[in-house]
Amino acid sequence: MLSKKQLFTRGMLDISPHMLSVIPFGIICGAIGVELGFHPYLVYAMSFIIFGGASQIVFLQLLSGGASSLVAVASVGIINSRHLLYGAVLSEYLEKLSFIKKLLISYVVVDQGFAESNKFFKKNRNEEFLHYHLIGTGCTMWVCWQIATLSGIVLGSFVPEELGLKFAIPLTFIAIVVQDLKKLDHVIVMITCGLSSLLFFDAPFKSYIIISPIIALFVAALLLRLKK
Amino acid sequence: MTLTAIIFAGILTYFTRMTMIALISRDMLGDKIKAVLEYVPSAVFPAIIFPGIFINDFGTFIDMNDPKIFGALVAVIVGYFSKNIIATILAGLVSYWFLIFVVFN
Repeated sequence: MLSKKQLFTRGMLDISPHMLSVIPFGIICGAIGVELGFHPYLVYAMSFIIFGGASQIVFLQLLSGGASSLVAVASVGIINSRHLLYGAVLSEYLEKLSFIKKLLISYVVVDQGFAESNKFFKKNRNEEFLHYHLIGTGCTMWVCWQIATLSGIVLGSFVPEELGLKFAIPLTFIAIVVQDLKKLDHVIVMITCGLSSLLFFDAPFKSYIIISPIIALFVAALLLRLKK
Repeated sequence: MTLTAIIFAGILTYFTRMTMIALISRDMLGDKIKAVLEYVPSAVFPAIIFPGIFINDFGTFIDMNDPKIFGALVAVIVGYFSKNIIATILAGLVSYWFLIFVVFN
């Protein structure tokens, strides 16, 4: 049995390699917000209140492009609706926690944290304090995200644009799913999702980000039926 | 005004994070749904990966000789064999930089 502290540290260690892509992206997010003409306090408030990388950029770009607040808010909601799927997966492991603890932990769930903690949970189902791993990944991401976006806001885009560091984001997610390429069913699901995301990229409110996972999960259900 | 919108966006985002964790119990999800949920990472992350590679900042498709495609392929190969996150990201970035700064320059 691992202690709470050991699990928390393990979570921190498991997510920290992703900071290689998250920190430059955070700096870019902060700098873009100020460049688009928003008050620095507002740009930072988003990192604290929304705490969701891509959705923060989209929100500011929509508002500065003349979209209504309603459209911007709806887009953030739709982009982040993928968390409903993460939550459904995590709920199994967090079931024993009190309602208050569930409410608090929810704030720090992020893509990479979900991915790494989910991998850990699958291998260590019987640990008593499993949720400390998720708190470890989430808190690491939270601290790095606040520092990175703040640096971008204060210092401007000191990361040279020519480096194209936004490209590190798809790379970080490649690192997350690449081992599942060994399994044919997963490969089919991934390709379905990826192609759907390109096909529906222009759908309103950035809804491709939830439409394509739903299509891919439907295909996964069909594959499961075929397997039997 | 903008702050109000940010707060609403934040509340909405928090609800997406919290809803399934706090309001769903094990009995509500059947075995079939749980089996499908095993595929969530494979079903969600490509929706971040593919547009990040194949669609540029202006929302249009890139050319098939774009350095990002090469960078992503290198990242997949290095990631597959190394099982190392940092190696995967660096391999993708360095090969991408090699193309844009050395080869296509």
